[in-house]
Amino acid sequence: MTAARSETSCETCPIHHAGNLVKLGVNLTGFDYVVAMAGNPNTGKSTVFNALTGLRQHTGNWPGKTVTRAEGAFSYGGKRYKIVDLPGTYSLLSTSTDEEVARDFILFGQPDVTVIVVDATRLERNLNLALQVLEITDRAVVCLNLIDEAQRLGIAVDERTLARDLGVPVVPTAARRGIGIQNLLKTVHEVGTGVLVPKPKRIVKHSPQLEGAISQVADALESRFAGLANARWVALRLLEGDDRIIQAVTTGEIASIIRLSESAFGERMPAGEETVP
Amino acid sequence: MTTVSGPNDDILIKAGNLRWKLGENFHDSLMESLYTEASRLADRAVTRTGAQQHFNWDRTLDQLLTGRWTGFPLMVALLMVVFWITIAGANVPSALIASLLIDTVHPMLQTFGSNIGMPWWLSGLLFDGVYLAAAWVVSVMLPPMAIFFPLFTLLEDFGYLPRVAFNLDHLFRKAGAHGKQALSMSMGYGCNAAGVIATRVIDSPRERLIAIITNNFSLCNGRWPTQILIATLYIGALAPPALGGLISASAVVAVALLGVAITFLTSWLLSRTMLKGEVSTFSLELPPYRPPQILRTLHTSLIDRTLLVLWRAVVFAVPAGAVTWLIANIPIGDQSIAQHVIALLNPFGMLVGLNGVILLAYIIAIPANEIVIPTVLMLTVLSSGAANYGEGAGVMFDLEDHRQYLAVFNAGGWTLLTAINLMLFSLLHNPCSTAIYTIYKETGSVKWTVVSTLLPIVMGLGLCFLVTQIWRLLGGAG
Repeated sequence: MTAARSETSCETCPIHHAGNLVKLGVNLTGFDYVVAMAGNPNTGKSTVFNALTGLRQHTGNWPGKTVTRAEGAFSYGGKRYKIVDLPGTYSLLSTSTDEEVARDFILFGQPDVTVIVVDATRLERNLNLALQVLEITDRAVVCLNLIDEAQRLGIAVDERTLARDLGVPVVPTAARRGIGIQNLLKTVHEVGTGVLVPKPKRIVKHSPQLEGAISQVADALESRFAGLANARWVALRLLEGDDRIIQAVTTGEIASIIRLSESAFGERMPAGEETVP
Repeated sequence: MTTVSGPNDDILIKAGNLRWKLGENFHDSLMESLYTEASRLADRAVTRTGAQQHFNWDRTLDQLLTGRWTGFPLMVALLMVVFWITIAGANVPSALIASLLIDTVHPMLQTFGSNIGMPWWLSGLLFDGVYLAAAWVVSVMLPPMAIFFPLFTLLEDFGYLPRVAFNLDHLFRKAGAHGKQALSMSMGYGCNAAGVIATRVIDSPRERLIAIITNNFSLCNGRWPTQILIATLYIGALAPPALGGLISASAVVAVALLGVAITFLTSWLLSRTMLKGEVSTFSLELPPYRPPQILRTLHTSLIDRTLLVLWRAVVFAVPAGAVTWLIANIPIGDQSIAQHVIALLNPFGMLVGLNGVILLAYIIAIPANEIVIPTVLMLTVLSSGAANYGEGAGVMFDLEDHRQYLAVFNAGGWTLLTAINLMLFSLLHNPCSTAIYTIYKETGSVKWTVVSTLLPIVMGLGLCFLVTQIWRLLGGAG
């Protein structure tokens, strides 16, 4: 594992870079892990994506740039990663196509790692989405992007406090300049290989009445579908009357979302599971 | 909601019952607690240190660029500057490439052909038809694209496009369309096929169809050269020489603005007839202005857009060049196929203030708008017998001097009316075959593909007819 190695001094060295990270463009065959990238529109997601894959997908400074999923690949520490750039959304709750694509991929695609790109200059609004993603998946890394711009605006974000509060790793980056990308790769690799196991703190407080309702439905779900990941989240969606989730429960599709911690790391789902219908 | 009974319905019923007990504002309070939590976490992690003047800088720019009185003039001014740089900057490299590919390489190929004893029809088809068509497209398209696309991408990188959408939003909404149509419309100025794909940012199918159908009213890359040439020859010539450039540039911008007006009009008509429905609201974030990454922009816009679009144009120009050469050189009776068709189309062409040559050129040029002018020139020479210009029958050629173009056109019986109508018809005619195919792929509907294809032709012929009748009523020549 490369985890123990100090990265900081080597970060800018091209030889180190070439050794650890073979940029593979869109060569998608034979990958070990799947990484999803979620985030608000216009947080530089596509730029981070390009920095990770060496692809030069067109990036633009306007919301809604990535209208469909973009896919790429990279390898790091001897493992090959497939990375999927999801459309930028403000939430995973309502009904636009973009939000559905993003949520379904995180929920049913079950990526090994989800990178949540947040804009350091607009942290509060971006955290709304981050918290929603963390309700669905444990295995997430927060990429605190645009720290250069935040600095220019006199905004300092303490990533350690944020990481502690969220319970997942937080990596500051300025993807346009390649700053922090090495660290992000390393962290994604550690979460992907299971060296680092994020434990998101789900501290969003609900009323006692709602808590009770969630528990009742979640218990019913867990006894029906053994090993169901995030049963509480599914329960909440059912209580909200989310059509897509209701459908998944009706058809039993929801059973495919089993706890990843119960399957051995490195064993991938069948290839068909990776794509969103 | 699915109502099929299944083994897990008990859970759904349980959730349904509990939902009733939770009350109506349960979703709101859920969102509220999420926002509260996000705000609490952000507060803990963020510290701010002064430096407010940067915010003001962004705000000042926004007040200018999206202002009620300043937004539109600045938008038009920026558009003019971009086109002016494109037109002015493209002339010299265009001439260089043309002299290399057409004046130097082409004769070499012809010599080579006769040296190895190639039959005249084969060397004619390959070198005078296919090669010249491709060479023309490269020399005419590459320089403006290599300037226009990076400029456009820089504006995009900087964050200007959402401001354009913001400016145009209320107009689009009044027209019953989606504000994001401004984005796909701007993309259309580069390439309509790209513009049609860009409509994917619009969620509502109704508004997306409107955006797709009207995208053709954004003058694309292949049409700018036609507009610029004709405006220079006929409209710029009306003014004293010192003002000629300015007048012809204004004429081109006027046609572009007419396209915008027609976009609004068509959107309005469609949303009241074939595509009735509510206007959907959307929230558009005005992203912070960011300094564009100039080198990277140059690289991506050159590789991703310019070369890709150029390649497509060449691929389509090649068969069109072959077809042009063939119909100009295969005789039926005592005349070539082209001459027969021109004679057939001419009465109708004259009725709408164009002529048979232009109509035939637009049929041949369905694959790529870029080859309209060379085809028109070639066919004019052929039909008017002005064979001392260029290189003879059936050869697509490039005339270096504007006066030579004018001589050819005048020999073909052109007037100022013909020129104006050609500019209008260039704006309003069917999309090129790539755009048509893209529309079909994006809509998956033959009906809407046909509507998108035929609507502009009908409008174009109608407008040309109208202009011609008024012109003749007022006693103009033609």
